[in-house]
Amino acid sequence: MTSANHLLEVKNVETHYGKIIALRGVDMTVDRGEIVTLIGANGAGKSTLMMTICGTPRASSGQILYDGEDITGMPTHEIMRKSIAQSPEGRRIFPRMSVMENLIMGAETAGNDDVDGSLDKAFDLFPRLKERRNQRGGTLSGGEQQMLAIARALMSKPRLLLLDEPSLGLAPLIVKQIFDAIRDLNKTDGLTVFLVEQNAYHALKLAHRGYVMVNGKITMSGTGKELLAREDVQAAYLEGGRH
Amino acid sequence: MSSKSENFFTDCVKDAAMGGLIALALFSVLIGMKAEVASGLGGGLGIEYRWAAVAIAVAVVFGGRLLLNLFVWKTKTPVTEKAGSLMPSMSSLAPLGKYAMPVFLVLAVLLPFLLMSAYGARGSRQYLDLAILVTTYVMLGWGLNIVVGLAGLLDLGYVAFYAVGAYSYALLAQYFGFSFWICLPLAGILAAFWGIILGFPVLRLRGDYLAIVTLAFGEIIRVVLLNWYEFTGGPDGISGIPRPSFFGIEFTRGEGGFADVFGLDYSSIHRIIFLYYLILIMALITNFVTMRLRKLPVGRAWEALREDEIACRSLGINTTNTKLTAFALGAMFGGFAGSFFATRQGFISPESFTFIESAVILAIVVLGGLGSQIGVVIAAIVMIGGFEFFRGLEEYRMLVFGLLMVIIMVWKPRGLISTRAPSITLSGKKGKGISADLVQEGHG
Repeated sequence: MTSANHLLEVKNVETHYGKIIALRGVDMTVDRGEIVTLIGANGAGKSTLMMTICGTPRASSGQILYDGEDITGMPTHEIMRKSIAQSPEGRRIFPRMSVMENLIMGAETAGNDDVDGSLDKAFDLFPRLKERRNQRGGTLSGGEQQMLAIARALMSKPRLLLLDEPSLGLAPLIVKQIFDAIRDLNKTDGLTVFLVEQNAYHALKLAHRGYVMVNGKITMSGTGKELLAREDVQAAYLEGGRH
Repeated sequence: MSSKSENFFTDCVKDAAMGGLIALALFSVLIGMKAEVASGLGGGLGIEYRWAAVAIAVAVVFGGRLLLNLFVWKTKTPVTEKAGSLMPSMSSLAPLGKYAMPVFLVLAVLLPFLLMSAYGARGSRQYLDLAILVTTYVMLGWGLNIVVGLAGLLDLGYVAFYAVGAYSYALLAQYFGFSFWICLPLAGILAAFWGIILGFPVLRLRGDYLAIVTLAFGEIIRVVLLNWYEFTGGPDGISGIPRPSFFGIEFTRGEGGFADVFGLDYSSIHRIIFLYYLILIMALITNFVTMRLRKLPVGRAWEALREDEIACRSLGINTTNTKLTAFALGAMFGGFAGSFFATRQGFISPESFTFIESAVILAIVVLGGLGSQIGVVIAAIVMIGGFEFFRGLEEYRMLVFGLLMVIIMVWKPRGLISTRAPSITLSGKKGKGISADLVQEGHG
């Protein structure tokens, strides 16, 4: 695999919150057309890595390359305009705005010239949103809000989709629906996905490759199947987790 | 059944009697005995007993508690509930917003003529003055609505921009002899500039912290105006601020005056009517610009910012610029209103720009319903009109005002008009207003 194939490359990144170190030299790559997942326990630094890629907080050392371009020091809003889209942890939809407005917000800064096309696509992916398009975002159920958050991220026609815990607080059936949608997007559009998850079983089943993070460091990596089969992974993250 | 109601009654009486007993114990000392400098005792202290007053006080407590027990506290259907149900519900008010806009607009345009025909030129003057005042507050409310209602940035120092606008015009006119029409845009630009200056350091702040900083900023501006005696005249203020002209035609008696040019008999009411239409047009422009902006990306970005700042950043919105534009635009309209205020009064001093003004403007926006344009109009009429209406009651005015606030906040915690029309819908379909009822208070 050549380095030209890397869409996202994180090189020896360290991040601090004040004096506390959150990431201790993280290396990872996401290749074009891949689904890569990052799993780990609470407080391991998964979300910090995701947010460091987006520019808040800034990495205190190391380098982050997107499509060969150094984005380490860029302000967040400029990073997010580079065909990267993120669905943040806890969904964070706009509760008082309608579903339509939420979706339009996703396309606003991306210079998307085919908003209607993107809308149709979003509604195809999540038909539930079409039914609820004039409803206030805050009145949707948790699963629908997660669908909305993902659909909103997709409105900018990204090449790289960053998902932070899309299964958070959702029923297993809804989780399956959402993961199926992610798989579809990857297969049909070749969308590259970087997925941060607690739900290790589903995430590793979905992903081509996975990383395991412990205490701000990547401790294991491999294909999804490999990691699923490993006993230490099973013991730490999957025990009783096959729901 | 009858024994039950008898029980209920004796319960109430017992409870009231208990209250009366406690009142007796307290009042016999508090009210019953009064230490007095008795003249007959050569300046020594004497005690005067006032048992009648104690009896009255205890009777009031007993009677009051009994009535409350009978009708409010212990009954299954308290009278307050009935009173609550008498108030119009959400759904019955919904169509109001739809028709209120055109009705208000027509009324506002025709107002001077209606007043003139009803009260004559002399009698209508005070009502027109009130209308000008209300419209000024409507404009200020609309201006602040951009910052607070749309962008969700709590600004307690809005009056600072009002002051900047007023002083910009007054000082430019005093030192350079500029006319109102040149100063109006300049005042707006200067106020917007101050909005940006304030905006930069406070961009990281939100909510309570932002409120405190803006509050301080409002005070700083006022204190500077108060103490910079050589430049601003300090507490003496600036007087003799030139009146606006009708596109170069002054409102003066005799040759070349407004009345002369248009072949009318001279009357001082002409200027008042002109001022009224001036502020009405300025306010309508504010409204128009806000309504347009709401449907543009920047307006939607403001609303998104109010909803969730982190989500905004994850969508590539430059939150710094978005906040700054909101601050600058809100400040600009405040500045316009300020220079109008200066030209109307002809005299300004820092006293007109105290914190209470900011509070009143903010109250108008909140009572009207954050982000609702027509709500601001209704709230401004009720509050400013109410202020003037209760002027005769003097010290009870604030009491009534406070009571009104409490009632509105209990009855409609989100303000009078709390629905929000989506700024975009699928083509052809008209979007229905989104009620605020389903979202937690304080969260949108």
